Amino acid sequence: MAYGAVQALSNASFEASDGAITAVLGANGAGKTTLLRTMTGLVKAKSGSVRYGDIELTGKSVEAIARAGVAHVPEGRGVIAELTVEENLRLGALWSVGRQDRQSALEEIYELFPPLTKRRRGAASTLSGGERQMLAIGRALISRPKVLLLDEPSLGLAPMVTAQLMAVLRDLTKGSSLLVVLVEQNARSALSVAQRAVVLNLGKVVVSDSADRVLADQDLRRHYLGF
Amino acid sequence: MTLFIDVTLNGFVIGMIFAIVALGLVLIYRATRMINFAQGAMGMFTTFLAFSLLNRGVGYWLAFVLAILIGFLLGAIVELLLIRPLQGKPELNPVIVTIGLLIALEGLAGVIWGNSGRGFPAAFSQSGLTVGHTKVAFSHFDVFILVVVFALMLGVLVLFRATNLGLRMRAAAFAPEMARLLGVRVGRILTLGWALAGAAGALAGLLVAPTSSFNPYFMDLFLIYGFTAAVVGGLDSPIGALVGGLITGLCISFVGGYLGSSLEPLGALALLMVALMARPEGIFSRPAARRV
Repeated sequence: MAYGAVQALSNASFEASDGAITAVLGANGAGKTTLLRTMTGLVKAKSGSVRYGDIELTGKSVEAIARAGVAHVPEGRGVIAELTVEENLRLGALWSVGRQDRQSALEEIYELFPPLTKRRRGAASTLSGGERQMLAIGRALISRPKVLLLDEPSLGLAPMVTAQLMAVLRDLTKGSSLLVVLVEQNARSALSVAQRAVVLNLGKVVVSDSADRVLADQDLRRHYLGF
Repeated sequence: MTLFIDVTLNGFVIGMIFAIVALGLVLIYRATRMINFAQGAMGMFTTFLAFSLLNRGVGYWLAFVLAILIGFLLGAIVELLLIRPLQGKPELNPVIVTIGLLIALEGLAGVIWGNSGRGFPAAFSQSGLTVGHTKVAFSHFDVFILVVVFALMLGVLVLFRATNLGLRMRAAAFAPEMARLLGVRVGRILTLGWALAGAAGALAGLLVAPTSSFNPYFMDLFLIYGFTAAVVGGLDSPIGALVGGLITGLCISFVGGYLGSSLEPLGALALLMVALMARPEGIFSRPAARRV
């Protein structure tokens, strides 16, 4: 996937590969959210392009990009509070899963996130922060995406819950072709699961390298990642 | 006692009509977060079209159904041509456009059909039924109104609660951006919301026209009462439209029956004030869940 410039972003090119987690790191205002919003068409880029394999995503509508297999879990999770847990999940499966497979697709998600099972008829507004994050990711996964974009999934979660989520993400990409772009301020936990890391600062890519090498670079960590 | 029964029955019937007008307003509010001031006028216009069809010898029920279909199309066209281009502009702009549309439709109807009152036929007899030995203010036509509105409300409920299309519509109403991220074509859903509201408006016009002086302004008062009903029930709740309609209908009927019909609009105003002070978000809306 190649990516180009917008106003909040310039010269922000990087590539992410299938079956791997690419962490996008950087301070507040570095342009991480704008980057994801451009990838899913919510923000129109003045120049530059977004591609998945041979598929050109630039200039497509948000709905078309979603239907092409790009699932975006926005910051604050985007769980629709007025709908029940199951309705949120069904919404994710509407166009991507055939009618006869929907029930089994739902069961898969409940298996992946057991706490959701007994809340399935409850309004999403009654879920805890961690459960909401599970629902948001489950709703993205039920559409069987090729690309999963996560914006600050650890925000507001207890460290234990964050660790569990990261473990789920690692399992998801293992042996699959799912491409995950993980935007995080919590660089330490993101780097613990990511294979690649992109560090953004003021809308520019500072480093795009393997996660191990970013983790090993003390200067870089201190400068841009704060640990 | 007869007065009490008559006033109550009348309240139910006009409440049902307010409920349809309110339902139209609610469908549009859910779709585009705005009040459609032309909701009544659109229904007025399609009813006049039905009137023309009737005069050309088209059967009553065919004209009835055609008017509703035209209302559906009119709603979709208004959304696509007048509301869609104003997306992203200040939110007062489309509201003002609907006021313009109200004036334009009433003017146009006046030019085509004249401003004087006419008669519009009812589907069924409008003379009161006899219960035991007393005649009550409740006719076959009133029964028809009750049945139609209940069927409509049930249909809307099933649509929203039990179908995938309804799920898409609710998602688009509550979280448009997230709905798009999940692949819902929100633009089409908005058009559909307006189209359904247009159909509801057409139905309201057909049900009101036989009971009032049939001129280009006959829906104006019903828009105001329908708006009261929608606010009382909650602007984004179809169930709220029904309950709000009944409350408004009963309130106005009692004010009219016991205090005099000239005080009816004041009764609606008082109800609106009380509702806005006691529960500004409406009976069936959850304020905490509403995104601003």
